[in-house]
Amino acid sequence: MAEMLEVSGITKRFGGLVAVNNISFSVREKEILSVIGPNGAGKSTLFKLISSFLKPTTGEVRLKGERISGMAPHIAARKGVVRTFQETTIFKNMSVRDNVVIAHHLRSKASLLGFFLGTGVAKADEVAFGASADEILALLGLSSLANETARNLPHGHLRALGIAIGLATDPSILLLDEPFAGMNHDETMRMVAMVRRLRDLGLTILLVEHDMPAVMKISDRIVVLNFGQKIAEGTPSEIQANEKVIEAYLGSEDEAIGL
Amino acid sequence: MTRNRNIKIASVAAFLAIVFIAVPAAISASGHFDLYYTLTSVALLSIASAGVWLTFYIGRINIGQGAYALMGGYISAILVMNYGWSFWLTLPVAGLFCAAASVLIGLPILRLRGVYFAMVTLVLTEVARLLALALPITNGAKGIVSIPLPGALSVFGLTIIPDFATLQNSRLAFYLLAVTLMVICFGVMYRLVNSRIGKLCQSLQQNEELASSIGVNIAYLRIIAYAVSSFFGGVAGAIFAAISQSIYPSSFTVTDSVNFMLNCFLGGLGYVFGPMLGTLVLYFGWDLLFQTGQFQLLIYSGLMIVLMLVLPNGLLSLAASIRKKA
Repeated sequence: MAEMLEVSGITKRFGGLVAVNNISFSVREKEILSVIGPNGAGKSTLFKLISSFLKPTTGEVRLKGERISGMAPHIAARKGVVRTFQETTIFKNMSVRDNVVIAHHLRSKASLLGFFLGTGVAKADEVAFGASADEILALLGLSSLANETARNLPHGHLRALGIAIGLATDPSILLLDEPFAGMNHDETMRMVAMVRRLRDLGLTILLVEHDMPAVMKISDRIVVLNFGQKIAEGTPSEIQANEKVIEAYLGSEDEAIGL
Repeated sequence: MTRNRNIKIASVAAFLAIVFIAVPAAISASGHFDLYYTLTSVALLSIASAGVWLTFYIGRINIGQGAYALMGGYISAILVMNYGWSFWLTLPVAGLFCAAASVLIGLPILRLRGVYFAMVTLVLTEVARLLALALPITNGAKGIVSIPLPGALSVFGLTIIPDFATLQNSRLAFYLLAVTLMVICFGVMYRLVNSRIGKLCQSLQQNEELASSIGVNIAYLRIIAYAVSSFFGGVAGAIFAAISQSIYPSSFTVTDSVNFMLNCFLGGLGYVFGPMLGTLVLYFGWDLLFQTGQFQLLIYSGLMIVLMLVLPNGLLSLAASIRKKA
């Protein structure tokens, strides 16, 4: 399988603190790769580096061979690397449907002036975005909530909306930041099924997550971080058998890594 | 859908009929000609306030519109007095100059959010005043006075606007100029807000990080909105200078900047026409309280506080809630 995203020798220092130290791995096309690690392992920093919300101190991130690290986040998004957020980050005063429609902005062919003047291209964009938004809402089971104001949504649906916003940008690779955080068992299983369905539809997914059982269930491959270093990489069964990983999670290893 | 559209067209027509026909007719019937001046001021202040409203719409508290109004006034005055330009040409030039200046100023300061942006813009008005005092071309505290009234505007030998100095009633002419520009300004604003640009602005206001993650060039959009806002400020300032035939460093001060912001608050930050209503109510409210003498400011401030507590979304939220109930 071809490589979609390549992280090579990436390091991020905050003053004297090395948050991410010389990490390399790659994400293959149409796979689900999870990055796991204990608190403070550098997962969030790595996530921000890949989505270009932070600039690496050294090293680089390449998408289909093209360097994207160091670009502004909106440029990286245009190239096809799109992230979701850990918190319930949505446009909370817009309707659910408007949230998804606006996220189609990347695909718009009309210019700002075109939108102002209401040109034919702009109108065609509007219609296409609306149709695509309805499709995405149906896929994520949000159709019945389309006209609800986003801030009124329950927790699980908010997370789904976050993913819907990401999908609307038509990404090459979707980065999910702790998609299962704060969910109960049933919600987590539903989300696992949803993420797998996205992968089956042809999407490449990189996710950062705490919830071990879910990660073991969902991932094609896993990268494990500890203290800013990569300590292991492999399939879920390889990771479960890895000495270093067990050591990193010492104390609650059995339960935590889903054994 | 079509019914909605018909209501919209009818209300726009009614509004135009009121400002262009009913108000002048009522004033000439009653003989209160000084009302022209008051209403002209309201129209111009509402244009400047509309600019402030637009910066609110992208999530920035702008207390610096006075700086651009002052700048626009000086640009127009200097071009007319020193270079003999026609006022009509200086009007768009003043707006464009302010827009260009706001791009330069906005590049660094629009990165700031919340109270930090507000503080910087507050200082901006004061900087503009001090600059006007210090620069040789602005003639210091003496200001620029005896600016001639706007001359005739003709295209291909056809006179579109007569020379204001030859008119018997230049107050009416200024009134018509101001409301025409106000109608254009709010027309543009309405279109902006109801096109995709409005949704993009809202996305900035609600979550800049998320907006940027879905590919919105937030820095560019912020600059555009701020430039449009400052353009309105500059145009309003230029006409003010023409009406009063003078401009001083104290023509627009921090108080004016704060008032522009209050106009938006009072009318409603969620409604395009909020700044227009806010300006009208605030301007007349202040005048009506004049009889209360030394208590004017006290009553005025008290009423403002009560209004903001009772109607945090502005006066127009009242109309919206009534419509919902009906």
